[in-house]
Amino acid sequence: MSESKLEISLSVNGEQVTRTVPVRQHLVDFLRTEEGLTGSHLGCEHGVCGACSVRVDGAVVRGCLMLAVQADGAEVVTVEGLTDTGEIADLQENFVERNAMQCGYCTPGMLITASELLKDPKPVSREEIRNHLSGNFCRCTGYHAIVDAVENTINKRLEEG
Amino acid sequence: MLDKPNSYVGRTLSRDAAKRAVAGRGRYTDDIAPARTLHAAFVRSPYGHAKILSIDVEAAKQQPGVTLVMTGAELAEMCTGPWVGTLVCFDGMKSEPQHPMAIDRACWQGEPVVMVVASTRAEAEDAAELVIVEYEELPVVIDKETALDKSTPVIHPDLGDNLAFEKMIETGDVEKAVAEADVVIEDTFTFGRHTAVSLEPRALLAEYDPGTERLTIHTSSQCPHMIQAVFARTLGVPEHNVRIVAPDVGGSFGLKIHTFGDEIAATAAAIKLARPVKFVADRLESFATDIHARENCVKARMAVSKDGIITSLDIDVRSGAGAYSQYPRTSVFEANQILNITGGPYGHENYRATTQVVYLNKVPTSQYRAVGHPIGNTVGESLVDQAAAACNIDPMEFRRRNVMRDDSYPRVSAAGIEMRDMSHQQCLETLVERMSYDALREEQAELRKQGIQRGIGIAAFIKGTAPGPAGYYGAGGAPISSQDSCTIKLEPSGGVICMVGVTDQGQGVDTVMGQIAAATLGVPMESVRVIEGDTDAVPYGGGTYASRATAIGGEATYQAAMTLRAEILEIAGVLLQAEPDTLDILDGHVVDKGDTSSRISLAEIGRIGHFQVAELPNHIQPTLSATHRFRLRDALYIFTNGIQGAYVEVDTDTGFIKLLNHWVIEDCGRVINPQLADEQVRGGCVQGLGGALYEECVYDTAGQLQNATLADYLTPMAGEMPDIEVAHIQTHTGVSELGAKGVGESGTGAAPAVVMNAVNDAIRPFGGKVTAQPMSPETILKALGKV
Ligand code: FES
Ligand code: FES
Repeated sequence: MSESKLEISLSVNGEQVTRTVPVRQHLVDFLRTEEGLTGSHLGCEHGVCGACSVRVDGAVVRGCLMLAVQADGAEVVTVEGLTDTGEIADLQENFVERNAMQCGYCTPGMLITASELLKDPKPVSREEIRNHLSGNFCRCTGYHAIVDAVENTINKRLEEG
Repeated sequence: MLDKPNSYVGRTLSRDAAKRAVAGRGRYTDDIAPARTLHAAFVRSPYGHAKILSIDVEAAKQQPGVTLVMTGAELAEMCTGPWVGTLVCFDGMKSEPQHPMAIDRACWQGEPVVMVVASTRAEAEDAAELVIVEYEELPVVIDKETALDKSTPVIHPDLGDNLAFEKMIETGDVEKAVAEADVVIEDTFTFGRHTAVSLEPRALLAEYDPGTERLTIHTSSQCPHMIQAVFARTLGVPEHNVRIVAPDVGGSFGLKIHTFGDEIAATAAAIKLARPVKFVADRLESFATDIHARENCVKARMAVSKDGIITSLDIDVRSGAGAYSQYPRTSVFEANQILNITGGPYGHENYRATTQVVYLNKVPTSQYRAVGHPIGNTVGESLVDQAAAACNIDPMEFRRRNVMRDDSYPRVSAAGIEMRDMSHQQCLETLVERMSYDALREEQAELRKQGIQRGIGIAAFIKGTAPGPAGYYGAGGAPISSQDSCTIKLEPSGGVICMVGVTDQGQGVDTVMGQIAAATLGVPMESVRVIEGDTDAVPYGGGTYASRATAIGGEATYQAAMTLRAEILEIAGVLLQAEPDTLDILDGHVVDKGDTSSRISLAEIGRIGHFQVAELPNHIQPTLSATHRFRLRDALYIFTNGIQGAYVEVDTDTGFIKLLNHWVIEDCGRVINPQLADEQVRGGCVQGLGGALYEECVYDTAGQLQNATLADYLTPMAGEMPDIEVAHIQTHTGVSELGAKGVGESGTGAAPAVVMNAVNDAIRPFGGKVTAQPMSPETILKALGKV
């Protein structure tokens, strides 16, 4: 049960970092405790709630199901990174305007998951939005406002081409 | 004041907290990590009931990173005594004294037995695995129905039996009404055990400074002052030396109005080690130690005349608590509330309600969003639907004939509850219109011909909000304030600081208080800053529970702002040589009431009042601050009312239920921020729907919780939930000037009732009927006689 460690190098929100981490440490714990990126949250630590969602090499993954050492050489983007680049600024604005969060604990995971629908936006139904988000648990909102915010963002992006 | 044109009250404004949440800048308890923080993990009882024969912690103590291993007996030495979860207002109630961690005996699976504190949580868990506890299993009591049988073992022999509490309410003559009735409906309803599942689990970070003997606890809590009182008293630290800070709270729903033994243990470790100690429950611990709720079985009977008038209702409630009554709020509120509210929308005069709350070897139960209401409403509204069907009257029409008239208040319900300022009739007619009731019935009939089975549900409801001091906590003896308070200050800059005892967990309490303060004072929203969730900063209050923040805290804020406003106008009057009542405050300026021309800015008043006091005559000593408190006078609660509608489709081959539409019409009095009120209702509804359709903490006969993961305890996800249409009727409550009632639990309280009625409406032609929640597909197929 000794704490064996490994050195990893990865890009976190565009910044190259090299760290020595316990091999058993999950990616989200690494981001939260080593990098101070507390925007990614832990809701279940067993892959169901989506609160820990981050982007690894462009794909949305659950940070609680991936070890930090598995991210060696990868590009990791968290909600903080997405905020800094402005990639989802319109989605974030719509979340605020529509009050698509209450406690906000699920929000980073929701935004990252919803951002997949925005990359190459196509007209989607509310049902499709709901299905896309159905791996992200929100205990507060009842989802309606979240669906509204995502829908508004997609529609605006489509309008603006 | 509040109704001025462009008032901030009644307007949708977005929340500052939302802006930081979307950027990932929320600050929850676990995000706070002072240097040298240690982490606590717990060895918990693997048995539902077991004697602890021995505990060997030697190997654990030798593990790397471990700084402390503490048993229940060692912790008890640091405590002033065990908790007893009774309140004097619950006559005859009894509970076994409970230590924060088990000492000789563990009474539920998950009860903490040993705490390990180490440099990291992982190291603490490693060491916890090396603690050897020798147990002797004891018989468990799992079934509430047999808990009082002579042959059932008694969990706490000193109590004599497994009965926590019993109560009866009797009004009129139920037996006579039943004997004279044309139709009598009788049924039994069962409700599964739920838990809150806040996405952020319970979390606490305790820090102790041995120099000043000050204890600071950051914790994900709804009620900082209650936590202060309980932790101080339990650990023998003077209350004024304890500071409780609730940073961002990741969902609470009643869970976080409670105190837990593991949190006391982690705090004790912080005192003992004089280092920060953090405890964050993982999801398994959340399921096995957070309060549970809702486990009830209700036998009920309704008597009705043939023209569809309810003449009596009687219910008998068997309520399954856990191994102890939860301290300090008890485990009997749910049953008590079921007695208070069942059949609450209706005008019948005969009512009898009895309950027995029994101890079980399960997680202790206590308050969870809309305490008792999902049960009482489901029972009452299902009987109403069955009675309407038996009388061959449309269920909407049946309710129309029976709800309390809007012009009949104040009055007292059959349960003895004072009702005032309510609007059942107006809500019902609004629902008829919003759901296009007649057209929907036609559509339903049409689709039946095509073999599509849809159901329409209706559920009228009442909801107890904003409890008063006459009722439970104050009068009951618990250190929980039913008042709330606001201190408001004008700063030299003209900015306004508003410190409130109520707390925000994402509802937007801070925004709502800011709106009330800004509207009352006449200042721009941007110049008001609201501070909440810190016992060192805010005046004493109860915090947020039981839909009280806006109703109680909002009125305190309004009153405080009125007082500050009067002082500002008085000072302005002196400076301007004008009568204060010829002046007003608009947009941060004192203006002439007549032509609203600016006479002096609030920044100028602030500057003079704080720095240039010599400009004022000697008899004026500005305070530029005011504190007000508010409480209900005589009433137990401010009751609200409303009605929900649901449209569902049932697949009679698979038992699957598809939720198509959901409507809520509710009356929370004056609405401060329409969007925030709507979202409270929507989120609350979905929480209720989860309980009705999916959620249940399942125990086996050995007292083992079978589904303590989010994969096994099903919660509502986006894919299954409907859009929810919300409308508000605004009958201001007469108990305050603000006129606001509570809104946070109205969705949860009646959603289970309306969806069950809709499902039963869909399957009634097949002779099917469901009376148990959660309504799994299997339950539906059984009701249809298919399995
Ligand atoms: S914390 Fe990773 S999915 Fe829940
Ligand atoms: S906003 Fe609280 S969990 Fe989604």
